[in-house]
Amino acid sequence: MIHSLFLINHSGDIFLEKHWKSVISRSVCDYFFEAREKAVDPENVPPVLQTPHHYLISIYRGKLFFLSVIQTEVAPLFVIEFLHRVADTIQDYFGECSEGIIKDNIVTVYELLEEMLDNGFPLATESNVLKEMIRPPTILRSVVNTLTGSSNVGDTLPTGQLSNVPWRRAGVKYTNNEAYFDVIEEIDAILDKSGTTVFAEIQGVIEACVRLTGMPDLTLSFMNPRLLDDVSFHPCVRFKRWESERVLSFIPPDGNFTLMNYHVSSQNLVAIPVYVKQSISFFETGPCGRLDITIGPKQTMGKTVENMMVTIHMPKAVLNANLTATQGTYTYDLTTKVLVWDIGKLNPQKLPNLRGSLSTQLAISGNPRYIMTLKLSQLMLVDCLKVSRLDMYGEKYKPFKGVKYLTKAGKFQVRT
Amino acid sequence: MSASSAFNDEKGGSSSVGEPEYGHDPASGGIFSSDYKRHDDLKEMLDSNKDSLKLEAMKRIVAMIARGKNASDLFPAVVKNVACKNIEVKKLVYVYLVRYAEEQQDLALLSISTFQRGLKDPNQLIRASALRVLSSIRVTIIVPIMMLAIKEAASDMSPYVRKTAAHAIPKLYSLDPEQKDQLIEVIEKLLADKTTLVAGSVVMAFEEVCPERIDLIHKNYRKLCNLLIDVEEWGQVVIINMLTRYARTQFLNPNINESLLEEGSGGDKTFYGSDEDEDEDEEEKEKNAEAPAMAKRKPYVMDPDHRLLLRNTKPLLQSRNAAVVMAVAQLYFHLAPKAEVGVIAKALVRLLRSHSEVQYVVLQNVATMTIKRRGMFEPYLKSFYIRSTDPTQIKVLKLEVLTNLANETNISTILREFQTYIKSMDKDFVAATIQAIGRCATNIGEVRDTCLNGLVQLLSNRDELVVAESVVVIKKLLQMQPEKHSDIIKHMAKLTDNIQVPMARASILWLIGEYCEHVPKIAPDVLRKMAKSFTNEEDIVKLQIINLAAKLYLTNSKQTKLLTQYVLNLAKYDQNYDIRDRARFIRQLIVPTEKSGALSKYAKKLFLALKPAPVLESPFKDRDHFQLGSLSHLLNAKAGGYQELPDWPEAAPDPSVRNVEVKDSVPEWTKCSSREKRKEKKVEKPFYSDSEGESGPTESADSESDSASGSESGSGSEESGSGSESVESEEGSESEEEEEDEEEKNKKKKKKELKKPVQESESEQSSEEEERKPERKSKQRKSDSESESDEEESESESSQSESEDSESEAEIKKKKKAAESKPPTKPVKKENKKEKKEMSLLDLDDFEPAPSPQVTPVNTFLSNSLVTDLEGLSLSDTVLSPATIAPSSALKNYELLHRITGEGLSVEYCFSRQPFSPDANMVAVQMQFTNNATSDTKNLHMEDVKLQSGMRVKEFPEIELLPAGETAAAVMGIDFCDSTQAANFQLCTHTKKFFVSIQPPVGELMRPIFLTENEFKKEQGQLMGMNEITEKLTLDAKCRNEHAIVQRVTTAANLSRVPCGSDKECRFAGRTVTSSSLVLVTVATKEEGAAQLTVNCEKMLIGTMLVKDILLALTQ
Repeated sequence: MIHSLFLINHSGDIFLEKHWKSVISRSVCDYFFEAREKAVDPENVPPVLQTPHHYLISIYRGKLFFLSVIQTEVAPLFVIEFLHRVADTIQDYFGECSEGIIKDNIVTVYELLEEMLDNGFPLATESNVLKEMIRPPTILRSVVNTLTGSSNVGDTLPTGQLSNVPWRRAGVKYTNNEAYFDVIEEIDAILDKSGTTVFAEIQGVIEACVRLTGMPDLTLSFMNPRLLDDVSFHPCVRFKRWESERVLSFIPPDGNFTLMNYHVSSQNLVAIPVYVKQSISFFETGPCGRLDITIGPKQTMGKTVENMMVTIHMPKAVLNANLTATQGTYTYDLTTKVLVWDIGKLNPQKLPNLRGSLSTQLAISGNPRYIMTLKLSQLMLVDCLKVSRLDMYGEKYKPFKGVKYLTKAGKFQVRT
Repeated sequence: MSASSAFNDEKGGSSSVGEPEYGHDPASGGIFSSDYKRHDDLKEMLDSNKDSLKLEAMKRIVAMIARGKNASDLFPAVVKNVACKNIEVKKLVYVYLVRYAEEQQDLALLSISTFQRGLKDPNQLIRASALRVLSSIRVTIIVPIMMLAIKEAASDMSPYVRKTAAHAIPKLYSLDPEQKDQLIEVIEKLLADKTTLVAGSVVMAFEEVCPERIDLIHKNYRKLCNLLIDVEEWGQVVIINMLTRYARTQFLNPNINESLLEEGSGGDKTFYGSDEDEDEDEEEKEKNAEAPAMAKRKPYVMDPDHRLLLRNTKPLLQSRNAAVVMAVAQLYFHLAPKAEVGVIAKALVRLLRSHSEVQYVVLQNVATMTIKRRGMFEPYLKSFYIRSTDPTQIKVLKLEVLTNLANETNISTILREFQTYIKSMDKDFVAATIQAIGRCATNIGEVRDTCLNGLVQLLSNRDELVVAESVVVIKKLLQMQPEKHSDIIKHMAKLTDNIQVPMARASILWLIGEYCEHVPKIAPDVLRKMAKSFTNEEDIVKLQIINLAAKLYLTNSKQTKLLTQYVLNLAKYDQNYDIRDRARFIRQLIVPTEKSGALSKYAKKLFLALKPAPVLESPFKDRDHFQLGSLSHLLNAKAGGYQELPDWPEAAPDPSVRNVEVKDSVPEWTKCSSREKRKEKKVEKPFYSDSEGESGPTESADSESDSASGSESGSGSEESGSGSESVESEEGSESEEEEEDEEEKNKKKKKKELKKPVQESESEQSSEEEERKPERKSKQRKSDSESESDEEESESESSQSESEDSESEAEIKKKKKAAESKPPTKPVKKENKKEKKEMSLLDLDDFEPAPSPQVTPVNTFLSNSLVTDLEGLSLSDTVLSPATIAPSSALKNYELLHRITGEGLSVEYCFSRQPFSPDANMVAVQMQFTNNATSDTKNLHMEDVKLQSGMRVKEFPEIELLPAGETAAAVMGIDFCDSTQAANFQLCTHTKKFFVSIQPPVGELMRPIFLTENEFKKEQGQLMGMNEITEKLTLDAKCRNEHAIVQRVTTAANLSRVPCGSDKECRFAGRTVTSSSLVLVTVATKEEGAAQLTVNCEKMLIGTMLVKDILLALTQ
């Protein structure tokens, strides 16, 4: 299975290595650097590379490459999924997954890697189990640690691995028992030049933050489960109950986790909340072009559109932009050629508009591409998944319960 | 105490060993003096007595290791801390040991005794971690010690230690392959383990050590299938991949009949579209050619174990782990019957939302799948549309999938999509798009001209790369039919002035040379221009210029003789030897001299032979001989350690090898700790509930028992069983009826149960489960009885009533209220009485769990058998209820296939209004097949179901033989998703296929439910406004009495009557089958046949349609 892992930063330095079997020389990474060079864009490095004696499987997360070395046949997704799980765990422990953070906590990260794999095969990947063995750093603990000289290694042996709910640690205690669920729906859409929808769908996710004492058994039911077309669950969800009753029954992990991902059935038409009127033209004759974009609300069901942001990737030939925005601010990054227009709240009375001229080199090729991000608070769509109730069994206290609904743009793109 | 003394001993010992070790190595000290010094202070810290200093030192050392710096010279100083009491230091020492033991074998031996002691520790976690570190130390000398430790750990009480033993097996194997035989014995033992914790790890060990010993799996096959859903996700991947290979060796190809069928009806082949598919079938046919006669006579029956695997892996498609989803997808692709493979498409499409690396791998696999099974992904075409933000490698893969999915019907949308891609900034992607257009054009004849025109338009694109790529593609397309397109060739000839990309220039020149007869005037002129610029051209262009010259010389030597000679002279002195070679060769061939041999006579034939058009095919063709999802498939090359996916056997090996004797399981059970036992039961459960699930109507009751067993993992067992009951009643308005339903069922089962002695019903239950093998039965009974005793325990332990107290009070009140408020109308009266009696019973076991342990087991015992009792009952439900008029007499028959179009076969169907047992969300459709022909019809089955998204079909079982003049019946289920969309499918016989479609009247999309008048009014009150539709009507003369109205309404829609106090009103209630939305119908009659029809339905569309249907029924 997984033989070794190298963490490589943006500029190509290996700053952490871990071997689960015998040591493999760093020089194996040269094949990767070669491919990295060739790909230009770090996103375009092939995730799987073949070298004479090894296979390299890598992921790119947070400007870091996680590069694993494999010697024999293994399902590539197995490795990729595991590497992402490593990145997730680091993020979970330290709040972010970046070079600086990993370097600062290099011993903890190394220990984590030691626990996560045994002989290259995943051993403990549940964050609750890991946290029992290696405690995540907190400010208080780091102060105590410097004073007493103790470290983050748990002094009790973890029991989580032994239980049949490995995702939950035993003996959880809170004074405030609370369970919050965020139902986040993302609109993925491609709009074409004239504004008609080429493709649109709604993907949803239920993010949970559960801080409950003991071993609660929760049941979450929905008003309209028929909306759900395709779902995937956290392993804690009892699949049989879902099959037969369409309720989510589970013993939750402690803390934050993703309970469920779902796809809203395509029978329901997706209401696109905004429209975009755009014209960008480059003059054949001179080194300039014009840009004019207007954005307006459409099918918002009376809700306001917030955090509206438009990102435009300009062709390489665009040198600079001289624009005026009626609302919000815009920035144009000269190196990456990305124009970002931060609009904020969308005002239906006075539609935001961005217009002006672009200075370009003579040869223009390609069209700019738009990516929009926007956020709508509360229930927006008629066909939004609604939670009807949450019940708890197995514990006596009454928890605080809360559900928040949010609709935002996922991969929302306007073509030119 | 003993440990600390040992520690002191060791400390003394190792330091004496350590120091001379350093003495040996003066170089490190001399040259890297600063290094040496730094390590020196680390050594000092390690030698100190303070744990905090040791810890600090170890942290710095581990940080060095992590950064890849060499810390091996500290080995002696570190290793003596292996017995340190501070667990944090110890852990870090372990980390160090595992990293450097291989390099310092002798010193590493010093630590072994600590681990050996650890292996005997009473704490299972310490035993496990000792074994883990011991086995990770790659020192050959300790192989025997490791072997012993593994063997011992393999029979440890703790499953966690056994898991660690399984992990240690491949470690030892890689250290010393000689131990294989002994290790296989351990693997065999661990494979028999029944805990989910061990299963994944041992299969991983099996795969690494002895993947060829498939015989070890036989006995454990069923167990692994059943455990699968509870194994941790990484183990699932390994097990599924292994089982795929296993199934390929043990079961028959489920698609064997289909390939034979196609052989019989050659005319229909085009339906399957792509040429590749046909080739494939051809191959398959040849493969099967030896045994067709036999296979034809003996229709394929799927091995129940094969089915078990497919059934138990399917829920894992819902996993959050992409690797698990992919593993199940490849299992289905390789093992499932054609009709069932479709289920994986949705899950794979879901993965496309994940990280780009995941997308990359999934798209590669989808690309391979689309070549074989295009129909599967066609509904998800739009999910493969390309976003400008995708990385190029993803874009190219999506393009590949889109191209594979293209067919006559969707090509126009795909081409439109391609057109927008051409405008992209990403040049590689644009080039790939143009290639893709070319492939669509070659594969789909209808659009060839359109594509060609589109590509020609691209020739005037501003971007040279686009033009160049188009030229290359056009060249390939023109080769297919050059006669028609001389104008395009002319157009391209003009391009030679501007276009600079060598590949494109070369392509144009080749085209002109090849088809110089079509452009006789232009060709020599092009050659003239090229001759002029010859020296400045790229090599491939030069070669094509020589070719062009040669071809023109042969066809039109008068005009081009001199030019050709000029070109050949230039080439003669070219720097590139290929070009010089080519020039010499061509000169000899075409210019007749006395020396030239017989070959020059044939020069024209050689150069202007008709060349076959190139076949543009997908690079993913035939990749599926690699197991999908594997590294080898991704690389399209065999990776080390890849296990070939075997071909299906011609005849199935003996299935009885998988039978397990019951005896084995008994001692295992007693060995397990109580926790494991629970786990086991949880594992047994899916199997148990599955087989019950097949008998549909029990599902709601089933879920109750389900939740009870589910809760075993968490809280007190009885608790949530009753809990689920209380949820429903608390849920309020919406679920009120459900509750009622539930109650009714409960009541029924109670009634039955009262009549029957407990033992009897228990045995009945087991006899009903026909498929089950005897040993399973007994095992289950075992588990039943075990669960009782288990519950007994937990019951007595947990103080039961706490959580319910608050809830149950309200509950009881509510229930009582409901019971009291029931109106004393005639038809229900009897029932109410029963219900009330029931109520007390219900209250007893739901809300007042008896404190004494004797009572509860009886309860659970009963509820187990209740499920089966209910099975028989619920069918008669409608008949029993006096308010419902059984509509069986009024069932309307629809024609599915007419005798004439069906060439003798006629099919009728009706909506039987019976609950469809395999799936409660489906509408049962009863089909009647009549064979009016003179010959027998064989293998009647359905195929190629085309549905609106969300709809599902459960096919009727294949009818093997329908003799002439005979009639047969079958039932299928369709989940219409509460819409009146038709379900289209093909009805296939052994020779013919007929397209048919079933469209349900809206009234059949619901099932009757029982409501009381009050409930009805309450529900109606909540479905006002938009959800209410009212129509005035005049009743048909024949149906002015109540009976007639009821008759007509229930015929039009599958509703049940709601008792009603007034005789002026008739009320009906039902729920839609899929979404269980309430449907309420009221017909209020007035004088003179005037009436008012009111329909309340959450689904407005259903409501509107229903109003129309009922109006029609009442006014006719």
